[in-house]
Amino acid sequence: MATASILDRREFLRKSVAGGAGLVIGVYLPGKYEALAGTPAKDGAAINAWVQIAPDDTTTLVIDKSEMGQGINTALTMILADELDLDWKKIKTEFAPAAPQYFNPVFGLQGTGGSTSIRGSWEPLAKAGAAAREMLIATAAKQWNVEPSACHTENSAVVNTASGKRIGYGALVEEAAKLPVPASPKRKDAKDYKFVGKATKRIDSSIKVSGKAEFGIDVRRPKMLHAAVSRCPVFGGKVKSFDATKAKAVPGVKSVVQVSTGVAVVADNTWSAMQGRNALQIAWDEGTNAKNSSDAIRKLYQGRMEQSGAIARKDGDADGAMGGTAKKVEAVYEVPFLAHATMEPMNCTADVRADGCDIFAPTQFQTFAQINGAKLTGLKPEQVKVHTTYLGGGFGRRAESDFIIEAVELSKAAGAPVQVTWSREDDMQHDYYRPAVMVKFWAGLDDKGAPVAWKSRIVGPSIMSRFFPGSVKNGLDDTATEGIATLKYDVPNFLVEYLLTEPGVPVGFWRSVGNSHNGYIAECFVDELAKAAGKDPYEFRRGLLSKDARQRGVLELAAEKAGWSKPLPAGRYRGIAVVESFGSYVAEVAEISIDRKAHTVQVHRVVATVDCGRHVNPETIRAQIEGGIIYGLTAALKGEITIANGRVEQANFNDYDMVRINEAPQVEVHIVDSNDGPGGIGEPGTPPIAPAVCNAIFAATGKPVRRLPIKAEDLA
Amino acid sequence: MGTTFTLNGKSTTVDVDPQMPLLWVLRDTLNMTGTKFGCGMALCGACTVHINGEATRSCITPVSSVAGKKITTIEGLSADASHPVQKAWIEEDVPQCGYCQSGQIMSAAALLAKKPNPTDADIDDAMSGNICRCGTYQRIRKAIHHAASLQAGK
Repeated sequence: MATASILDRREFLRKSVAGGAGLVIGVYLPGKYEALAGTPAKDGAAINAWVQIAPDDTTTLVIDKSEMGQGINTALTMILADELDLDWKKIKTEFAPAAPQYFNPVFGLQGTGGSTSIRGSWEPLAKAGAAAREMLIATAAKQWNVEPSACHTENSAVVNTASGKRIGYGALVEEAAKLPVPASPKRKDAKDYKFVGKATKRIDSSIKVSGKAEFGIDVRRPKMLHAAVSRCPVFGGKVKSFDATKAKAVPGVKSVVQVSTGVAVVADNTWSAMQGRNALQIAWDEGTNAKNSSDAIRKLYQGRMEQSGAIARKDGDADGAMGGTAKKVEAVYEVPFLAHATMEPMNCTADVRADGCDIFAPTQFQTFAQINGAKLTGLKPEQVKVHTTYLGGGFGRRAESDFIIEAVELSKAAGAPVQVTWSREDDMQHDYYRPAVMVKFWAGLDDKGAPVAWKSRIVGPSIMSRFFPGSVKNGLDDTATEGIATLKYDVPNFLVEYLLTEPGVPVGFWRSVGNSHNGYIAECFVDELAKAAGKDPYEFRRGLLSKDARQRGVLELAAEKAGWSKPLPAGRYRGIAVVESFGSYVAEVAEISIDRKAHTVQVHRVVATVDCGRHVNPETIRAQIEGGIIYGLTAALKGEITIANGRVEQANFNDYDMVRINEAPQVEVHIVDSNDGPGGIGEPGTPPIAPAVCNAIFAATGKPVRRLPIKAEDLA
Repeated sequence: MGTTFTLNGKSTTVDVDPQMPLLWVLRDTLNMTGTKFGCGMALCGACTVHINGEATRSCITPVSSVAGKKITTIEGLSADASHPVQKAWIEEDVPQCGYCQSGQIMSAAALLAKKPNPTDADIDDAMSGNICRCGTYQRIRKAIHHAASLQAGK
């Protein structure tokens, strides 16, 4: 099922990109793993788009994904090492340039997001590795004048099985690359994998513990200048006029230029650029959002809630069935806007010249960087070289292009390489936020406590209407309804409506996207239904999952591992939640205590169970679930971006704080052994934690937590 | 007129605005980019360096205030990632995106220099000024205990 849905989505996105956003992406070629075969590499030869082998057998794997912490370069290396029988110590990685052969098969363009990397790349990369292996074997067999079947491979060498003679890949690759690429190379048997499926340490730790990993902000180019930009504090506002006199007087400042997002100060170091930016005097035309506020947005949503919306899912007749039910439950849930707050603030370095442009970017979407570079400079896309650095966190924020556009505009204006660096305040106040959403539920239970009718109305902004406008049809955006429209409980009459509502605040992809809010909202309401039915929240869920064995499986395993049926010490409470997202199933049980005088909650322990199907690196799965839980816990306990006078009120970590080490629970991760199609892992750990914690609070106080973040009054 | 200090064991003189934070002197003047910019207000710890052995937020430390002092950055902690904290970080698979880890490691190294066998409460005190948005805290805690063992030669 996961495979089918991912293909549907790819088709969907591909069409919408080509049609809606006005971008010509080119023809998508599925499985184009033979691209570049025979191309000379810097040292040695490229046997396909991803594999270059040097004379000393060192194999370079070209990573066509962005490494933002999710461990993708380790996972891809494991896949290739197994399929091509590489010597682990002789593998290097480098990030791919922007080029069609590196398009993400799920998106039809080059990018990393939606927890798609393993789902999209496992098969093509493994196939490319297997094909390369057959080509290397064929070359060696010819030299030995034996059949290929008389040879095998190990540790980056072909071995003549009978004689024991070996030839390293480096000595074979040039000839091998001239061979036709086998269409159906023989794949390794999973039982022969040395790496895939086994806990493997990250390959990038050494450079990340010694300050040597190059993030976007670390790029240094000859004669590079630094820039800081002043952007209108109100979304959509524009520069009316500005006076640069004081800014230009700041030592180190070279120039002041207007760019599409505001006014930039270019200087010989970041500090001078920021000081110069602070000295700018700018009159803004604040535009139509000048009086916008969180209260106004809330009132707008409440008004919309009175209307009926576009139908995202309809099973049976929820309105009709509601009338005859024995017990009715209604609730309104709300979540705020959230900033991404990647630890590395937005930045980009561009070097625009007459004959070409280099973009050094911590980006999730290389194709957009290349297209924007070409559009802004008038160069051809192939003249725009995109160099992907390590990303100091992505979480969806780096799917955007705003920071890249600024760097290209600034380098073009300055006639020199320019690095634009956002301050933390810039980053927090000019984000594409996780949507603020309001959801109303109506449910009816029969006399045995079974939910027979459930109606949901979702009010909130649409990410896709900006990002991939062609994908929004009939007022529906899947990213706004996922997590509710995708619920798996047995409810015969189930209706999900969506009212696309524009709040005047830009919104974007935020780790787990719609599931981040709808997962919380739906799973808390399920606890309300369990209470109305007089049932245990775990047993209630379990009884409603007759059709989905994987969802039921992670739920049961979580209850078992958390000791759900065993009593807790006095003052401790548990909550449970389960959410499927990105093709993976995650259940979490949170154990909490509440200080009712201080009105604080502490999360002591989280037991998480995950079924992500066949998987590459269990250590990465554990790390991503642990991290996804902390990300979601920050949203549950602290995260809230508010708007006043059209401006974001929060600016830095003093008023938009993160969970820190003293608040981090002990997390246990249990992975289900599964042969189902691979699921994503970067995002699915996030959705269940807020409802697990809020359901534990509900168990403690008897009052549902219907609005995030959790507030003092929820803990009385 | 320059400011002179000892940086990773070497006498270093820079001729910059005395108010310029040490962070930007390191990153932009000296091109030592291992020390990271995160918030500019000593709220996140990404810029942590040692000044005379004390973990210090370089983003709010004017360069003039470090004249004559000994500064250690992540680049100077070891030449080959062999400091016990760095080894423990690798062995516990701590980093994810890695951006905050220079600061985390400098805070942890300063803690272990003072308290060779820290308790969980000591770790909370010393490390709660360092944000990790990837949420590697559990592994950081484990790695600090592990580094304490490595440091003790166990």
